[in-house]
Amino acid sequence: MSERPVDSPEIPRLPRVLEPGHNYATVTDKISSIVLTRPVSLGWLAGFSICFIIVMVLLGSISWLIIKGVGIWGINIPVGWGFAIVNFVWWIGIGHAGTLISAILFLLNQQWRTSINRFAEAMTLFAVANAAIFPGIHVGRPWMAFYMFPYPSTMGLWPQFRSPLIWDVFAVSTYATVSALFWFVGLIPDLATLRDRSTNKATQIIYGMLAMGWRGSARHWHRYQSAYLLLAGLATPLVLSVHTVVSFDFAVGIVPGWHTTIFPPYFVAGAIYSGFAMVLTIAIPLRKAYGLEDFITMRHLENMAKVMLATGLIVAYGYFMEFFLALYSGNKFDVFLVQQRLHGPYSGYYFALILCNILVPQLLWIQKVRTYVPALFVMSLVINLGMWLERFVIVVISLTRDFVPGAWGRYQATFWDYSTFIGTMGLFVALLFLFVRALPAISIAEMRELVAHTSEEHE
Amino acid sequence: MSETRQTLYGVLGEFDSAKTLIAAAKKVREAGYECFDAFAPYPVPGLSEACGLELGLKGWKHNLVPQIALLGGLCGGLGGFFFQYWVNVIDYPLNIAGRPLNSWPAFIPVTFELTVLGASTFAVLGMLALNKLPQPHCPLFNVPSFKRATNDGFFLCIEATDKKFDLASATKFLQSINAKAVTEVRDED
Repeated sequence: MSERPVDSPEIPRLPRVLEPGHNYATVTDKISSIVLTRPVSLGWLAGFSICFIIVMVLLGSISWLIIKGVGIWGINIPVGWGFAIVNFVWWIGIGHAGTLISAILFLLNQQWRTSINRFAEAMTLFAVANAAIFPGIHVGRPWMAFYMFPYPSTMGLWPQFRSPLIWDVFAVSTYATVSALFWFVGLIPDLATLRDRSTNKATQIIYGMLAMGWRGSARHWHRYQSAYLLLAGLATPLVLSVHTVVSFDFAVGIVPGWHTTIFPPYFVAGAIYSGFAMVLTIAIPLRKAYGLEDFITMRHLENMAKVMLATGLIVAYGYFMEFFLALYSGNKFDVFLVQQRLHGPYSGYYFALILCNILVPQLLWIQKVRTYVPALFVMSLVINLGMWLERFVIVVISLTRDFVPGAWGRYQATFWDYSTFIGTMGLFVALLFLFVRALPAISIAEMRELVAHTSEEHE
Repeated sequence: MSETRQTLYGVLGEFDSAKTLIAAAKKVREAGYECFDAFAPYPVPGLSEACGLELGLKGWKHNLVPQIALLGGLCGGLGGFFFQYWVNVIDYPLNIAGRPLNSWPAFIPVTFELTVLGASTFAVLGMLALNKLPQPHCPLFNVPSFKRATNDGFFLCIEATDKKFDLASATKFLQSINAKAVTEVRDED
């Protein structure tokens, strides 16, 4: 797509985005064989089984919640949000990297996105699905969660469109729909490849129906490309708007520590930060397990590390500005909240957050760290933890320390809070396990484009 | 097979590479054929132009995907805004902290989301509809080697609906422009 070379001779230090020696057939073969011919391995079976058990924990926790009500969680007044909203923001933030890779890097002609966009988009979908669980079950009577949508009810009532919580319903559902469309459109040519390469009647029918008769016609490609470009262009402002709206859930309120205009950009940067960390958490085991080191090269890992470093610095700037604005405003509630973050009952969480999100990632300045895979993997886990702590600090410290000391309180998560949260992680990984076996984890059509591009340069 | 009546769909030629396919498409067009299509496993830059995109040949004038997306965006945006207006001002006026009923800035986030939703769904559905997908069966699928069109094969098919079409001459023509293999495409009625 781009006219720029993949690995031009002027910058020989850069590792390639595709290792040499591949042609259309080998790329097709290598990626589609993971789905079509590779036998189910013991490792996959063991991993999937463990995740499946955790999914059962999730279903059990949700069932218990429906039987007993939200009282099984640690939420109460003043902390009515607790883990449910912390986890919601965490999961939806993780999804943002997938859209960033597939849409923004596409518009910027970054060819290194090609081999990571497919599973990053899958990650987005699964993360958004997990995120959507939390507000749904947090409403107390989950069977009435549909009240959030505007529908002509017999009660004659409508949602309150001036509330950020309703904006959130629209933002998250639009995000989920557009991400699914983007993912599916990207998959159509690959589904056709799987249809044409599978030798089994059942898979031929299933992939055949999903591919909808795609056959690589030049006319089809022409319209396909304009639709894909439009989707990328539309998904770019969308992804920025989603976490902005999520931050409005806080920023439009007047609670100290929430009511600040820096929230939208700082939430978006944090979302991309945690999302790239999650992409690394997935990519590193995936390339190892399926021998995809030729396609997901060190170049990809290093670039993602650089994006994490950059967004991490934006997040650090956000923390600093929160601090500074509170002190500069002279508002006694804001100043008090800053003191509470540093010295209050939850200061341990705040310092852990600074350690995970600001201090440890500074190691990424060192090239040796960026190119040492185990270090990157550990770093990605640390950042994921740090971003979860950030949302915990925002939700819990502010709610336990608002204006009147009589309204102060404490928050302690219960067993069911943890089991639900861990359960969603199990669901996330279980869906990824199914995804790598059922669909090509790397876009085959785009890899062929990359092959065409690299071979042109060699000529 | 002899019992079923078969109709001729066209003649399919296979080519070595994207470059030869582009060259072939140009020659086919220059020879005066209008109903033909090229097939490649990835979007080959320049192939649609070679097939006569700029000339507005048959089937080409219909790339209306951007216009359809714009229409979807307008429907979503205007529909979204005026729906909120209708709900909050006309159908169920609700006084929230003394703000005006038409608090338009507060309606913008939902309006924006619905604009994006409308444009995206219209773009995708429009693309599929213009491409006449889903299309479960296409006579080309009867050609065994055509499976490689989604792997590493480059094909060009001159369709029987073309005014100039004649089986023998089209076959000969494809062979003359360096097609590796030329196959008749037939469909069972």
